[in-house]
Order: sequence, then structure tokens, then C-alpha cells
Amino acid sequence: MSCDGGFIVLPEHFFQRQKKQAHQRRAIDRWFQRIGLLLTLMTLGILAILLLNLAGNGLMRIDWQFLTSFPSRRAGEAGVLSAWVGTLLLMMVTAGVAIPFGVAAGIYLEEYAPKNNWTDFVEINIANLAGVPSILYGLMALGLFVYQFRFGQSVLSGGLALACLVLPIVIVATRESLRTIPANIREAAFALGATRWQAVWHHLLPYSTGGIATGVILAMSRAIGESAPLITIGALTFIAFLPPAPVLSHPPFLSFEWLFSPFTALPIQMFNWVSRPGEDFQPNAAAAGLILMLITLSMNGAAILLRKRAQRNIQW
Amino acid sequence: MAPSRPFSHRLNQAVEGLMVWVLRFGGWISVLVSLGIVVTLVTESWPFFAQVSFHRLISDNMWTPLFADPQYGIGALLAGTLVTTGVALLVAIPLGTVLAIYLSEFAPTRFREVVKPLLELLSAVPTVVYGYFALLTLTPLLQKIYPDLPQFSMLSAGLIMGIMIVPYVTSLGEDSMRSVPMLLREGAFALGDGKLGVALRVVFPGAFSGLAAAYVLAISRAVGETMIVAIAAGLQPRMTINPLESAATVTAFIVQVSLGDLPHGSIGYQSIFAAGAVLFLMTLGFNLAGHVLRRRFHRAS
Repeated sequence: MSCDGGFIVLPEHFFQRQKKQAHQRRAIDRWFQRIGLLLTLMTLGILAILLLNLAGNGLMRIDWQFLTSFPSRRAGEAGVLSAWVGTLLLMMVTAGVAIPFGVAAGIYLEEYAPKNNWTDFVEINIANLAGVPSILYGLMALGLFVYQFRFGQSVLSGGLALACLVLPIVIVATRESLRTIPANIREAAFALGATRWQAVWHHLLPYSTGGIATGVILAMSRAIGESAPLITIGALTFIAFLPPAPVLSHPPFLSFEWLFSPFTALPIQMFNWVSRPGEDFQPNAAAAGLILMLITLSMNGAAILLRKRAQRNIQW
Repeated sequence: MAPSRPFSHRLNQAVEGLMVWVLRFGGWISVLVSLGIVVTLVTESWPFFAQVSFHRLISDNMWTPLFADPQYGIGALLAGTLVTTGVALLVAIPLGTVLAIYLSEFAPTRFREVVKPLLELLSAVPTVVYGYFALLTLTPLLQKIYPDLPQFSMLSAGLIMGIMIVPYVTSLGEDSMRSVPMLLREGAFALGDGKLGVALRVVFPGAFSGLAAAYVLAISRAVGETMIVAIAAGLQPRMTINPLESAATVTAFIVQVSLGDLPHGSIGYQSIFAAGAVLFLMTLGFNLAGHVLRRRFHRAS
């Protein structure tokens, strides 16, 4: 060891080990980088394989006849008419219930609720609800809506079950997008004499529409793909009729009979086709699956874009 | 008498008072839903548990409540749930954690911003589609490697379920790893550690409560997953821990019974609520643990 101008200069061999170790670390890092990239692409590849597989097996089944035919014993003639109409009606009920109640609950918890044990309890409750398996919502709907309230195994029971299922998603999305709005927006509104509701209605809700809409789209896409709760309440798999139309040509022009009609839905129809022995119905299942995938993936894509835009446009 | 306020002011006050109650009611709905689930499960399964002793639940070897000579060994259903969940976690936890570390510590920001939403699409795929994929694509593939694999197997269902829950682990895990303060990383780099070393020795422990929350929520997802196992793992309850066999899970049993004719108050009707009650207790435990862990992670960061 020599002393050179006040610095202790260590001999070269002293650094050999450190250099070697640093070299090794960099090599390990590079390997992990490659492995991570490979695994990421492989995982995403599964999504692509899933889509290609469905398209390969089902694309040729999707035509006008498939979309406008009822289920049938003969695979070649069967279609998804009652299934997609059922899904559409279910979503009307689900959206009509989950959006107003979910947004109201979100606003209440974020803007109104006092900090106390009850509010804490409600929050834990929502966190737990978000994790309750979907089939338990089906059991609740079976016991409560179908038998207690006597709604029967109907569109109404199914739609309400799905609404309960996605309620936490809407609540959480509403709260998160309200939370990103700075406090001074509220204070400015209050300073001008606005009541709390006026601040919410005129200022906070318009700013949070993007975030809420994102949450609502995600919630609906989740509801469209759910089958377990509908099976539990007794959605039928073989429905060769359509529920009564909601719009009439004569007064009173609106009819709510469809709410109490038996129904089937796209995922239920697909489940029925998948679980049949033999290969005849497999292309039908793939075709129904492809339609479902395209709906849910495009809804999720829309939600991603919407979130991106909402984040980019608003600058506080 | 106080000077009367202008009409518009009184109107505003009235609207305010009304809206408070409307919004508060919205908040209560979520509690009512929980209450509805608990009350329904308890009241509808009560006759079942009143009839079947706890002793029989744990000592019977089979779960055949609908047979003429019924057996009530709930263990046969729990075994199916345990094995499929186990297989799923063997896929999701290592893969999800590696992806979280990679995306948080290694990947370029632009890449991460594109990949993360794409990964999350994996958990948006309808589960009935996953079931189709497991039964008609993965199982034949696995049968080429292991010819004795039956048409329905817990292995196939579990593997696909693992893929489904990877985004839960990755997304939440990556969030918690990125919220570890940069200073800690810089300290470790200054001491000469490499990227992977820092990720494993500094970031991973620092983010552990967030990662643990992700794992626990993933377990809860796997335990409650229904359609994949109902389609691909089989509907026959079987007391086995061999993933190469077929067996019904708690959720698959509920689906199987629901598909048949189910009169209100029949033993079949009661038995699915009993199975549901067991399922609810299991997931409640995981959900609460996940909530506590996640809250701790939010407080720490």
C-alpha cells in the first residue's frame, strides 16, 4: 500500500475480486432481464393463443344464421339468438341498478361520510364484497330474489345478482376518481356558497366522469362474462323463444313483462355447448366464446383508452 | 321572526337534505348485499347443518348428499378445492412475482405501460372461455405428454386457473414494489449491489406486505373460481390429492346440483347452501387478511 498525494492507493490486485463480482452481477442482471422479457411475452402469448384457438375453431360458425337462430338439437342449425338477447336484457337491469347505487355509494363514502367506526365497517365490507366468489351472489339471488321476493328464475333475478356482483367495482372506481380531484376545487365551490351537493353535481362529478365511466365499462364487461351466478339461479340453457319486447306498438308503449321472463345468456349457452359429450357442438362453443371474448376485450380496451385520455386531459 | 331566506336558498337546502339521504342509502346498499349473502347462506343451510352432525362432516369419506344412502364428508369437496388452488398457485405465484419484479425494476417505462394493461386482460377473459380452453386444448396437449391423464383433470383446470390469477399477483405486486422509496434502492446500488440483488434484497422485503396481500387475494380468487373447474376438473367428488385425477371442488358441486331440477327446500337445495357457507367462510378469511395487509402496505408507503 502506498501513499500518493494524501490518497490511499490500493494495489491493483485488491480490486480484482470486486471487479469480478460486479461483472458477475451484471451478467446475472442481463439474464434476468432476458428471462423476464421472455416470460412476459409468453404470458401475453397465451392470450393470443386463446384468441387464435377460438377464431380457428369458431370463426366459420359465425354468420347471420348463427346470430338469428335459437338453440337446436342439431349443432349445424343451432344459434345464439336467445343468448345474446338475454345477455342484452340482463345488462340493462344490471346497469340500471349498479350504476346509480354504485355511484351514489361512492360519492357518499368519499364526500359525505364522517370518519367513524361505521364508515370503517362499510369500507371493510366493500373490500370483502369485491372478493366474494361470484357463485355466492348466485346463491344469494336464488334464496332471496327467486324464492323470498318471488321474482322467479327470471331476467330480473339474474340482472340483480350481477348488479350486486359488480357494485363494488363501480363504488371503488367512483371513489378513486373523486379522490384525485384536489381539495381546492371543493373549497372554491364552498367559498361561493355552494352546498355540498351543488359542489358534487356541478364540479366533482363532471371532473370524475372519465374515471367513473372507465369503472362502469369494466364492471359491465365483468358482468357479461359471468356464468356461475346465472347457473345457480337456474338460467335455462335451452330457450327457444324471446322474452316479451320492452317496447309495444300500442299504449302504454312500454312493457316490463320481459323482467319476469326465463332467460339464457351467452356464457350459459357456451357452457352448455362445451359440456356436451361429443365434438359436434364444439365449434358452436368456440363461436360463442369468440363473440364473448371480442365483447369483453373491446370493452376493456375502451376502458384502457378512456383512462389514458382522462389522465392526459386533466391537469390541475 | 328571522328574515325569510330567498326561495332558491331554501330549495337548495331541501335538495341538499334529500341528496344526503339518497347517497347514504347508496352506501347502505353494499351493507345490505353483504347482509343478504350471510343471512341467505345461514337460513337456507340451517336445516342441513341441523340434520348433519359436525362429526359426519369430517369423518365421512364421500360427499354424496343426494344419494339414497347419503354421505356427508365435505373433505371430498375441500380436497378438490385444495388441489386445484394449489396447482394454480404453483403457476401464479412464481410467474406473477417474477413478472412483477421484471416490470417494476427492469422493464423500460414505455414497455411497462403497454404490457400492464395487456396482462390485466388475462383476468378479464370470461371464465367459461378458460374452461373451454382447459378442457379442449390444454388437456389433449397434456395427454400427449402423459397419456393416462383422464379427460377431466384437476391439473389442467389448475394450470389455466393459475394463468387467470397471474394479473392479480403481478398488478398489485408491481404497484407495491414501485412504491418502495428510490432512496433505499440508491443506497443498495451505492454499496455495489446489482439490479437483481437490489430487487431481491431491498425491494422485495420492502414491498412484502403488498405482495402478501396480492398472494392472499389470488388464493381467494382461486378458491372461489367456478366455471374453469366445473368444466375441466370434473363433477365427481373424490377424496384425493392427486392432481392427475378428476375431482369436484366446492364450487363445481354447487354448479352440478344447480344444473338439475332444484325444488325449494329439497336436500339438494340445502346442500348447495351448506357448500356455499363453507366457501364463504374460507374466502372471508382470505379477503380480510388481504385487506389488512393491503392497508398496512398503504400506511407504510
